[in-house]
Amino acid sequence: MMDKTDSGLLEAIADIHEIPEGAYSIRKNGETDSKRSTVNIEIIQKSDKPGIDIIVAAGTKNESIHIPVIITESGLEEVVYNDFYIGDDADVLIVAGCGIHNCGDQKSQHDGIHSFHIGKNAKVKYIEKHYGEGEGSGARVLNPVTVVDQAENSTCEMEMVQIKGVDSTIRDTKASLAAGAKLIVTERLLTHGEQYARSDMEISLNGAGASSQIISRSVAKDNSKQIFHPNAIGNAECRAHVQCDSIIMDNATVSSIPAITANCADAQIVHEAAIGRINNDQLVKLMTFGMSEEEAEEVIISGFLK
Amino acid sequence: MLKLENLSFKVGDGSSELEIIDNVSLEIPDGSFTVITGPNGGGKSTLARLIMGIEKPTGGRILFNGTDITGLSVTERAKLGIGYAFQQPPRFKGLTVRRLLSLAAGSELPEDECCGYLTSVGLCSRDYLNREMDSSLSGGEAKRIEIATLMARKLGLAIFDEPEAGIDLWSFSMLVESFKAMSEGSHNSVLVISHQERIMQLADRMIVIADGKVRDSGTREEIFPRLMGEFNENCGFRGKGNE
Repeated sequence: MMDKTDSGLLEAIADIHEIPEGAYSIRKNGETDSKRSTVNIEIIQKSDKPGIDIIVAAGTKNESIHIPVIITESGLEEVVYNDFYIGDDADVLIVAGCGIHNCGDQKSQHDGIHSFHIGKNAKVKYIEKHYGEGEGSGARVLNPVTVVDQAENSTCEMEMVQIKGVDSTIRDTKASLAAGAKLIVTERLLTHGEQYARSDMEISLNGAGASSQIISRSVAKDNSKQIFHPNAIGNAECRAHVQCDSIIMDNATVSSIPAITANCADAQIVHEAAIGRINNDQLVKLMTFGMSEEEAEEVIISGFLK
Repeated sequence: MLKLENLSFKVGDGSSELEIIDNVSLEIPDGSFTVITGPNGGGKSTLARLIMGIEKPTGGRILFNGTDITGLSVTERAKLGIGYAFQQPPRFKGLTVRRLLSLAAGSELPEDECCGYLTSVGLCSRDYLNREMDSSLSGGEAKRIEIATLMARKLGLAIFDEPEAGIDLWSFSMLVESFKAMSEGSHNSVLVISHQERIMQLADRMIVIADGKVRDSGTREEIFPRLMGEFNENCGFRGKGNE
């Protein structure tokens, strides 16, 4: 059963208000609340550990899978394993995400271990939002692990967003791409207060014509700390671009360590990284539209993280 | 009407004190198209920044429509209807041109209205509406969008700081056309800082600022002939320095 807190969390992480269309599985406080398979998409509860297998039939087109997780119980800690098997030529949207409402003083933690097996020519768009709220002093912790294995000519677009309320996060992403496969990762992160966020990424481009684009945009406020460490490894004739861009404010700390490795003379890999405060001219420009300094700051940050 | 009374702006102190604006008094009547010109380093941009409130004067008063705005912030002056186009417009990652125009207007603008502003600065609106106002735009494009943001506002006084700076010749011709349309249509006060003869030709009033002082002011017909001989071969004003 869903209450008001649950619906609020679901809206924040998955933009859904009621039961979503298509295949879904909603996990609440360590248990599957409800789920539905469709003709082409089967969702099976794992028997040996917490989590689900999501099996998308070859050739499935324009279908969506929602797998939100909500935690409203203080002190709940879980590790959940979700395995996605995307058949050849399929084209699907997967909306994941985790929302924690912690009113208590104990730590609430969700570690989602996601592995993707993406078939030949398949297309996947994956959106993951992390959000925390609640007045309690208990920490809200999310440590996602994402492993992506892409077959020939598949495309995977991942959007990973953490905008508010998560006290500590360590994100670990690994991907391996076969010939002609394409991976786009967009990471957007805002930390505030005493929050800590670390993101490690290792993208291996193993086949000829593989390509990848990693875009990380972040804003660090107050005393928060962020560390980014993406590594693009070219093992074949391939292209990759890594871009880390951060706005730093107050007493925050941001460390950006993009790495590129070429194990093949035909690999073309580029990285860019920049950290800087909001420029004064940007603020003044928006103030000449009649905004206050705080409003101008808000517009700049929300545009940057869009 | 904008009125400056004995406006001064000094930097440094003691023996190293430097007078950037020195006791300037002038009036910009409602509905006028005024061009401020003068040699580089003469204080023109500082004067514009003082009017917008980006810099605070060290002496004198600024009156706008009879109200003393000397102590008001940039935000408060903007709300009273003063707008300012930067010489080097700041770039914003993630903000589209359409969003920027809407922020300028103060509400979400319909697509055709945005297109109208972009067209009037010579940009093909369809190509630009959803582009980000970031460093992928050329200097000329950014500059023209900057001017469009002032058009999207309902202003009593629009200030343009060297709209010609840093743009290519083709963009400059388009810009002159935009200002020409602006000067011919009904408008509130327009104040343009410029070195370009073609922009001065549009003025009904001119002010020459040199060494932080008003060296000359009056109608274009009065001032313009006196400046002749001070233009270089590219129609740029070079000024004679101290006289």
